[in-house]
Amino acid sequence: MLKKKNIITNILYTPKWAPYFFILPFIVIFLVFFLYPFVNAFIMSFENIIGPNQVVFVGFQNYKSLLDYHFFNAIWNSTRYTFWTLIILIPFPLILAVLLNSEKLIGKKFFRAALFIPILTSTVVAGIVFSLIFGDPQLSPANSLIKIFGMHPKTWLRDTKLAMFLLVLLATWRWTGVNIVYFLSGLQNIPKELYESAEVDGAGNFSKLLYITIPLLKPVIIYVLTISIFGGFAMFTETYVFWGTHSPEDSGLTIVAYLYKQAFETGNLGLGCAIGIVLLAIILTINILQLKFFGLYNKEEA
Amino acid sequence: METRPINVQSKGINKNSILKNYTLIVKLMVRSAIFMFFVILSIIALFPLYYLIISSFKSADQLFTTGLGVTINLKVMNLKNYISLFGSQGGLYLSWYKNSLIITALGTVLTLLFSSMVGYGLAVYQFRGKNVIFTLVLFIMMVPMEMLLLPMYKLMISLNLLNTYWGVILPGVVSPTAVFFFRQYAAGLPKDFMDAARIDGCTEFGIFWRVMAPLMIPAFGAMTILVALGNWNNFLWPLIVMRTDQMFTLPVGLMSLLTPYESNYSILLSGSVLSILPIVVIYLINQEAFMSGLTVGGIKG
Repeated sequence: MLKKKNIITNILYTPKWAPYFFILPFIVIFLVFFLYPFVNAFIMSFENIIGPNQVVFVGFQNYKSLLDYHFFNAIWNSTRYTFWTLIILIPFPLILAVLLNSEKLIGKKFFRAALFIPILTSTVVAGIVFSLIFGDPQLSPANSLIKIFGMHPKTWLRDTKLAMFLLVLLATWRWTGVNIVYFLSGLQNIPKELYESAEVDGAGNFSKLLYITIPLLKPVIIYVLTISIFGGFAMFTETYVFWGTHSPEDSGLTIVAYLYKQAFETGNLGLGCAIGIVLLAIILTINILQLKFFGLYNKEEA
Repeated sequence: METRPINVQSKGINKNSILKNYTLIVKLMVRSAIFMFFVILSIIALFPLYYLIISSFKSADQLFTTGLGVTINLKVMNLKNYISLFGSQGGLYLSWYKNSLIITALGTVLTLLFSSMVGYGLAVYQFRGKNVIFTLVLFIMMVPMEMLLLPMYKLMISLNLLNTYWGVILPGVVSPTAVFFFRQYAAGLPKDFMDAARIDGCTEFGIFWRVMAPLMIPAFGAMTILVALGNWNNFLWPLIVMRTDQMFTLPVGLMSLLTPYESNYSILLSGSVLSILPIVVIYLINQEAFMSGLTVGGIKG
């Protein structure tokens, strides 16, 4: 007992052993809740899991059965969603941040806060509100609004053509404020003298944006780009709260929604794992391409 | 670019001052246009929450028969939906609230403790395998957690953690983002304190706990908000772990009320309002901490 206590005190007192004590939580969690399931995901993707003890090795069969319309549709939807969130959620918040950063705007703290508040709501609550606003009855707020413009009321959530619009709108509502804050914190690191000397040289607002702001914000832009791509391809809750896994003609079915559907509704865990592996492959590929084109976003820190 | 009326007084209206006044007017117009633009954006951003709140005071019949009006009409608004949350009609709402509170509190405390230990260990010590560990942290950040969903689900079954608080909490107690952030922060702390504490006979953990951790309070503040909000609003993992409706968290429970056929609006909307109320209140008290907390991980240096 005494000896054991000595070892513990030794570990806690010697700088040589202490670091391992500090990183121990990481090692344990990494092995149990990352490495083990990570390896298992690959193994399971080659299996047909019928019951807890009924597992059959099926080779590439799960991957083969992914080569169909449903999965391509899911990949296409996730890609379109990611594309639109990037197209909207980078330039738009960037310009808003530049405007909010100008000293002359009255009430900028209020505007920043008002645009930030939506992210505090969970996706589920946001989805509940959106399905009310875009509800079917003739008098839903969305339909009253388009009536002003002379348009006919729509059945928003049942219209295949509007599914992507609603998903992107929900994301825009929730994330604009966060991206603004990212860009604002980047803008505050740009020295004011740069703008002053540009003004002396006769640069207008637009060329200042193009030649000073955007190049110097590049690390932030790449960071936001990276997390948006991740979030975009892994999107699930937004579509689930609107339609469950049964959107009209699968117009809102994403990769993770398809994974969930296969695993928990069809009961096909092996196929679900294969979908997860494809998701990993897509994200890693984009990551590598991005590193190649832009370099590490935190190069200075390394 | 201040225009002063000196010109006007001395020489009357000359060409120069007309031009100056003109640019001033254009500038003012641009500024007010930008101002109005932000007013409209703020209204759009806040409208869904406003709409949720007024709807939560209306009965389900009101919501669908007299239309989903956006005006405040005190005649049709009452507190019934809120009262029913606490009665038998509210079903399991209070249990969901309790579950969310427990998971958020416990999960956040453990995540902060473990992630700060790991981040600190990586920042202040030199040891074998340090780079391997750090690379692994970065690697985890690159892997979409959704791909681990099913093997993790299987693991929860074998560990008997399905439908338990620990099942939701444990996989997240070392957050790579938090580790990364604490490492950055701890690397900037002065190391002189550590040597002084060592001479005083402090253990290495004591140095962390009593000397260094207090210096990291701003980092803890930012991470508390990030981690707690993540836990409170988390949906997919609790949806998979929690198998009975008594164990649901708020997002999972609220979601279960929203069915395509007959949503239970009387408690859905008031329940949603109460689920975001604590966060909005804390945010309004401490805005800056929230904004830095939620945008952590990005841009330092």
